[in-house]
Amino acid sequence: MSLSSPLLKVDGVTLQYKTPERVVTATYKVDFEIHDGERYIILGPSGCGKSTLLKAVAGFLEPVGGEMTLNGKTIRKPGPDRVMVFQEFDQLLPWHTVRGNIMFALRQGGRAGTKAEAREIADEFIAKVKLERFADSYPHTLSGGMKQRVAIARGMAMRPQILLMDEPFASLDALTRRQMQEELYDLWEANRMTLLFVTHSIEEAIILGSRILILSSHPGQVRAELNAHQFSHRNADTPEFAAFKERVHALVTADTQTQEEGVSA
Amino acid sequence: MTSHDRFLGREERHLTVIPPVDDAAVTRDRALIDRLWNIDITRKVTILLALGLIWELGVLSSNVSDQVMPTASATLAAFGEGLASGAIQTAAWNSIKTLLSGYGIGLAVSSVFVSIAVAWRFGTDMLTTLSAMLNPLPAIALLPLAMIWFGLGKGAIIFTLLHSIVWPVSLYAMTGIRGISPTLKMMGRNYGLRGPRFILLILLPAAFPTIISGLRIAWAFAWRTLMAAELVFGGQVSGGGFAGAEAGNSGGLGWYIFRSQMENQTASVFAGLLAIIVIGIFVENVLLRGVERLTVERWGMTRSGS
Repeated sequence: MSLSSPLLKVDGVTLQYKTPERVVTATYKVDFEIHDGERYIILGPSGCGKSTLLKAVAGFLEPVGGEMTLNGKTIRKPGPDRVMVFQEFDQLLPWHTVRGNIMFALRQGGRAGTKAEAREIADEFIAKVKLERFADSYPHTLSGGMKQRVAIARGMAMRPQILLMDEPFASLDALTRRQMQEELYDLWEANRMTLLFVTHSIEEAIILGSRILILSSHPGQVRAELNAHQFSHRNADTPEFAAFKERVHALVTADTQTQEEGVSA
Repeated sequence: MTSHDRFLGREERHLTVIPPVDDAAVTRDRALIDRLWNIDITRKVTILLALGLIWELGVLSSNVSDQVMPTASATLAAFGEGLASGAIQTAAWNSIKTLLSGYGIGLAVSSVFVSIAVAWRFGTDMLTTLSAMLNPLPAIALLPLAMIWFGLGKGAIIFTLLHSIVWPVSLYAMTGIRGISPTLKMMGRNYGLRGPRFILLILLPAAFPTIISGLRIAWAFAWRTLMAAELVFGGQVSGGGFAGAEAGNSGGLGWYIFRSQMENQTASVFAGLLAIIVIGIFVENVLLRGVERLTVERWGMTRSGS
């Protein structure tokens, strides 16, 4: 299969954000392409601008240089064709139930005309994340992992061109986190949606990713882009996985090493 | 030999069957009296009864004239009479009508102010400055000015009430909106919400825990201001200056108290005060608490940031 034109094209994107005192460059001339059905991971140490990059793809931030296109169209503002799943649990509306949250998104985002239609789609995706018993519960009664499952179900129900995930499992305990990674992988196998997933966990990147972009820090620049589709939670205890993890680890920490060498020299 | 080695001999435990627990040891019913005493209302009513008894006995055992201090039972009797003749209900309803029109207009004005402030940074600065400045000014202090502008009557009272409603509601709404998590706002924009729908469907409910505190304070300010204003108007009545005096049935509770005092009906003065207290408790503990229970508590948003 030859590669068709990319779904998302990020071309020489430089991003800056303002703090009260200064303008900080988060990423510098970053480029990558994401194709339909990929599980694309942006991996890097904190401060590499990976979250900022994701927010720019979502349309919350405009690049100061370069261009981002989705299906050939320049990204200018947020829209329901790029749904974001955040790390924070408060991304769910506390005043809507689980089903209500998904219905709200579907109706406001223009994915369902009638209430009945929204309800039907909502229930379908609630079942996909196995939360049928909690469809009428309010978010504050759910555990962290369940809240993130609702956010994922809501994102998937929108049938976006691309699902953006900003460290969605980073606030979960280790056990739940691993379970959520497996569930997300299974959801992808069953639905084949396109994912753009930001994380600072090397293991998470390798388990979930089909392709991994590694950024350097301060500002974020492309250091490497690797294929990882041969790895998943099913072979996470093999020597191949461990070797690959070593390789990625070396690439991610390359910065800090050069910095330390610089100091000692 | 390391220091850990002496623990090596300790036996490991692995139970294949966990022994059943006696149900009675897990939960048991508390004694009836214990349970009753644990209900807030029981304790509060007991306190009220005790205070009433002290009041009654205190007045009876001294020789204070009932013009100065009526007994608890005389107050209750006057209250009952006021209810039976319908005078208290009419006065209370008149007060509540005025308050509700003021509250309604006040909320409408606040929503316009807050919407402008949300859309426009300069508007935010203006509203927060104005409300921070005017909020500490007791509304009743504006009554003389309102009387110059609007004359004696409802207009002046409602203008004064507006002042006690608009600023606290705006101030609390702005505080609430400023405290909304950026994630929630991004989420709203992600699904294509903007403008009035963004305010109505995201900002307003997200700031609701704080807004309801504003509503509570506005109600308390307005209720006190109204009573004070009615007393002032009562004082100006000479031969039917205030609409309430001539028509005989359009004065509020403040007026009822003032009139009872003029007629030396001290027990009725107490009955009027009692009516004000009862309405205050009803609005705060039944109406506003009810709204809170149905909204922010149900949504688990009780940690209101103020």
